[in-house]
Amino acid sequence: MAVGLSGFAFGVTSAGSGLTVPQTCALSLLVFTGASQFALVGALAAGGNPLTAAAGAFFLGVRNAFYGLRLSQLLALPRVVRPFAAQWVIDETAAVSLAQPTRRGARIGFAVTGLSLYILWNLTTLLGALGADAIGDTEAWGLDAAGPAVFLALLAPMLKTGTERAVAGLAVLLGLGLLPVLPAGVPVLAAALAAPVVLWVRGRRERVREEGR
Amino acid sequence: MNTWIAIGATALGCYVVKLLGLLVPAGVLDRPLVKRLAALLPVALLAALTAQQTFADGRVPVLDARAAGLAAAAVALLLRAPFLLVVAAAVVVTAGVRAIGA
Repeated sequence: MAVGLSGFAFGVTSAGSGLTVPQTCALSLLVFTGASQFALVGALAAGGNPLTAAAGAFFLGVRNAFYGLRLSQLLALPRVVRPFAAQWVIDETAAVSLAQPTRRGARIGFAVTGLSLYILWNLTTLLGALGADAIGDTEAWGLDAAGPAVFLALLAPMLKTGTERAVAGLAVLLGLGLLPVLPAGVPVLAAALAAPVVLWVRGRRERVREEGR
Repeated sequence: MNTWIAIGATALGCYVVKLLGLLVPAGVLDRPLVKRLAALLPVALLAALTAQQTFADGRVPVLDARAAGLAAAAVALLLRAPFLLVVAAAVVVTAGVRAIGA
């Protein structure tokens, strides 16, 4: 259900950002990782350079490599199957597979979740992209708020400790503050530096505390 | 054309990182610092993107109906509402505020 709505919202947002229906559907078919897709169309709509826009989307997709790392031990897929399974390595399939007690369960969970979400995500993207024209002014319907709401809903469960909150706070400051001075799409990449900066500051503080003891 | 370049680059990059996770031997990326950074990177990106897509129009900072919509989404998240309701709250409140003409 939730994936269906975000797929629809993505289709509408993408079409509203000036992408054609084939371009919108190509993104869902080929990229198939929601946050990266929203980030890309947002950056393109803001007039970003295509490679800068793609870089932001790419960095958001890097987390999937770490899901893959945990899944490859759990699923123990034959090498020939891995290139095909890779496209389904996303937040939801990782969550379902990692929650299964057995390897068999994990494999079934991965395949069923992967296939059903892939179909649902692409169908709802198409509906959203086609519907955007019928809807007309997407802003009057408030649909431009769907993208940021999806980001916030993904972000909220990650804000577990002070470290995450510090990173998020600094990233907001960098992302907004640099917006008028850097080319479109670059501020979000600069904001990504909040992660190493906060880690470095915390590491330093811990070292100072240990030396004080 | 530019859009297709962006789509191609994103598709290729996102697929390669997914595949990389499945192919590299365990232990290569399994270092504490790499893991910490990988967990914090999406936090930074999502926070910056949320702020930019709410409080800016292109490169110009603005405060409009989207801020009210995002506030509604935040309240829904605090009330532990399901994902669907969070996004719906943002959309409905943004549309509502615009309809009133604020």
